[in-house]
Amino acid sequence: MELTTVWFVVIAFLWTGYFVLEGFDFGVGALLPLLSRSEDERRQLLATIGPVWDGNEVWLITAVGAMFAAFPAWYSGLLSGFYLPLVMVLVSLIVRGVALEWRGKVEARERALCDAGIVTGSVATAFLWGAIFGNLLYGTTQATVLGGALSLALAVLHGAVFVALKTAGPLRSRARRAALAVAVVALPVAIVALPALPSAGQDGADWTSHPLLWAAAVAAMVALAAAVALIWRHREGWAFTATAASIVLATGALFGRLWHAPLPGLTVAEAASGPYTLGILTWIGLIALPFVLAYQGWTYWVFRRRVTA
Amino acid sequence: MDALDLARWQFGVTTVYHFLFVPLTIGLGIFVAGLQTAWHRTGQYRYLTLTKFFGKLFLINFAMGVVTGIVQEFQFGMNWSEYSTFVGDVFGAPLALEALLAFFLESTFLGLWIFGWERLPKRIHLACIWAAAIGSNLSAYFILAANAWMKHPVGYEVVGGRARMTDLWAVLTNSTALAQVPHVIAAAFVVAGGFVIAVSGYRILRERRLAADRGATVPLTRAARGRVSGTADPAMWRTSLRAALVMTAIAGAVVAGSGDMSGQLLSEQQPMKLAAAEGLRHDEKGAPFSPLPGLEVPKVLSLLAAHDPNAEVQGIDDIQRRYESRFGPGDYQPNLPVVFWSFRVMVGFGLTTVGLSVLGLWATRRRRGTPEWFARVCLLALPLPTLAMVAGWLLSEIGRQPWTVQGELLTAASVSPGVALSEVAISLAIFTVLYGVLALAEAKLLVRHIKAGPEPVGPSPGPDLPDDAGAEAAPLVPTLMY
Repeated sequence: MELTTVWFVVIAFLWTGYFVLEGFDFGVGALLPLLSRSEDERRQLLATIGPVWDGNEVWLITAVGAMFAAFPAWYSGLLSGFYLPLVMVLVSLIVRGVALEWRGKVEARERALCDAGIVTGSVATAFLWGAIFGNLLYGTTQATVLGGALSLALAVLHGAVFVALKTAGPLRSRARRAALAVAVVALPVAIVALPALPSAGQDGADWTSHPLLWAAAVAAMVALAAAVALIWRHREGWAFTATAASIVLATGALFGRLWHAPLPGLTVAEAASGPYTLGILTWIGLIALPFVLAYQGWTYWVFRRRVTA
Repeated sequence: MDALDLARWQFGVTTVYHFLFVPLTIGLGIFVAGLQTAWHRTGQYRYLTLTKFFGKLFLINFAMGVVTGIVQEFQFGMNWSEYSTFVGDVFGAPLALEALLAFFLESTFLGLWIFGWERLPKRIHLACIWAAAIGSNLSAYFILAANAWMKHPVGYEVVGGRARMTDLWAVLTNSTALAQVPHVIAAAFVVAGGFVIAVSGYRILRERRLAADRGATVPLTRAARGRVSGTADPAMWRTSLRAALVMTAIAGAVVAGSGDMSGQLLSEQQPMKLAAAEGLRHDEKGAPFSPLPGLEVPKVLSLLAAHDPNAEVQGIDDIQRRYESRFGPGDYQPNLPVVFWSFRVMVGFGLTTVGLSVLGLWATRRRRGTPEWFARVCLLALPLPTLAMVAGWLLSEIGRQPWTVQGELLTAASVSPGVALSEVAISLAIFTVLYGVLALAEAKLLVRHIKAGPEPVGPSPGPDLPDDAGAEAAPLVPTLMY
C-alpha cells in the first residue's frame, strides 16, 4: 500500500477512535442534568468518564497532529476553511474540560456553573463535529444541521448506553430508559443522514460505484437498530459494542467519501507530505501505537467495575 | 490594522497565556512525583500531605494547560494556513510525535493517578505520576524542537514551494533545540520552584499567625478549632520550602548555562535578534553591553556572544543592509524596544529568582527555622520567574520577526489568505474574554485552596487536630475526584 494511503487510513482511524471514545464522554456530559437527581448521582455519573476523558481527547490532538504532519495542505485548508465553527469547538472544549477538572475542587454553589459548562460544552462539540463534516461534504445548511443532529444523537445514545453499562442502581435503569427515548430521535435522523454519506459529491449517488461505502452506511444503520434492541433486552455490553460499531462504520463511510477529495478541489496526493516524512512517521507510529493502545486499554481495565453511588 | 496584525495578536495572547500554565505542569508534576516518592520511601505522612496538597494545585493548573494547548495546535492551521502548508512536512512531524509519544502518556497516566489512589498498588500508583510527569516534559521537548526549527531550519529542502524533511534526526537534534530545550525546561522548574517557595512562605506566615491566635483566644467551638488548626505538622512547610529552593537553585544554574549557549548560537543563526536585544546599531569589535540605558560595560557583549572580548558583533543597520541585498528590499528589524526590554526583564528577574533561592538556602541552613523576613520575600518567587518566562518568549518570538521561518518564510506570507479580518477579530475577542475570565477563576481557586491548606491524612494527626479528625480524613479521596 502506498504511504499516502497508509496515512489517510491512520488519520481515519484516529478520528474514528476519537468519535467512539469522546463520543460517550459527550453523551455522558449532555445527559448529566437529565439522568442524575442528586449531587451523589452527579458524581457517580461523572466518575464513569473521570479517569478516561482526557486520554480520549488526546485522540483528537493526535488526529489533527497527524493531519498536520502527513497532509499539511488538508490540515491548513480544513482548519482555516472552518474558522469560526472551529473557534466554537475550541471554546466548547475549553469550557467543558475546565468544568470537568474543576468541578470537584470548587464550592458547592459553584458546582452548578461547572455542570452548565459540562452540558453546553458536550452538546455543542458533539453537534459541531457532525455539522462541520456535513458541511464539508455538501456545503448546504441542510447537510450542516443534519450532520450535527446525527453526531449529537449518536453521541447521546452512545453515552446513555455507556452509563447503563458502567453504573449500578437507579442511574443504570434511568440510563437505559434514556437510551430508548433517545433512540426515538436517533433512528430517524440516522435513516435520513447515513445514506447521504456515500452519496455526497458528483459520482457518489450511484450504488454500484462505491459499494463498500454503501455497505458501511447500511451496516451503521443496522448496528444502531441492533443497539436499541439490545439495550431494550438489557444487554448493555453488546449494546455498547453496537453503538460503537455504528460510529465506526459511519466515520468509515465519511472518510471513505473524503478519500476522493479531502477538501473540494484537493486530492490526497496533492495534500501529502514527502515519502521521507511519511516513511519515518510510519515506523515511529508502528512502534508507539501498540503501547498507547495497551496502556489506554489497561486504564479501562483498571476502572472496569460499575460505579456505585 | 489587518488580519495579519490580529492573527499575530491572537497568537501572542494565546501562546503567552498557554505558557503561564505549562511551566507549572512541567515542573510541579516532577515535584509532586518527588514528594510521593519521598512518602513511598520514608512512610512519613507529611510527604503524603504535601503530595496531596500540591497535587491538587497541580491539577487545578493542569486543566488550564491542556485546554489552552488544544487552541495552539489548531491555530497553526486556522490563522497560519500558508505557513502550515509550507512547513507541515517538517514542523508537523514533532507535533504529531508530541501527541503520540507524550500527550497520551501524560493524560492517560494522570487519569490513573487521580482516580487510582485506592485502586492501584502503591508502587504502580507512584509510577503513574512519574509517567504523567515524564510525558509533560517529553511534550516540551517536541514542541521546543519544532519551535527551534523556525529559528534555525535544518534537515530539509524546499521542493515545489514547500519544505520537505530530509533528516528527522537533524530536526530533533538541532543545535538551537539542544540549547533551547534545557533552557525552557529548566526555566519551567524555576517557575514551579518559585510557586512552591511562595506557597510555602505564605503557609509558614499563616501557620504562625494562626498559632499566635490560638494562644490568645478563649476556647473555641469544635468547628472553629478545625478551621484555625492549620496543618497537623507546620514543620512540613520547611520541607517543601527547602526542596523547592534546591530545585530552583539547580534549575537556575541550568537556565543560565543554556542561556549562554543560546546567546552564542544567536550570533551565527539569528544575529538580528542579538543585535536588537542589545540595541547595537553597527557592526563592532569588542562590543559593549549596557545592562540599562546609559550604563555601558565594555566588551561584555562580544564576550557573551562569542566568549571572546574582541569578537565582532553584527549591528542592526548593517544586518538590515546585508539582508536587503540577500533577500530583497524590506524591513528586517523586529520591534526593537520590545526585544531590548524583554531581554533585560528576562535576565534581571530570572537572576533575582535564583539569587532569592540561594539566599533562602542560606537563611534556612542547618535546621534553622524560616526567618519572618524571608517568608515574606518568598512571595516574590511567584511573579518574578513567571514574568521572566513571559519576557523570554517575547524576546525569542518577537525577536525572530519578520520571519516565521528564519531566512525562508516571512510572517506576512504565512497568514491564512482566506480568513477575513472580522473572523480573526471575533475569535481574538472571544479568546481574550474567555481567557481573562478563566484566569480570574483559576487564581481564585488556587488562592482558596492555598489558604485552606492541606487536608489531614494518615492515622496520626497532630495534637492540634480536633478529636474527630479521623472521620474527616475519609472524604479526602473523593475531593481529588469529580
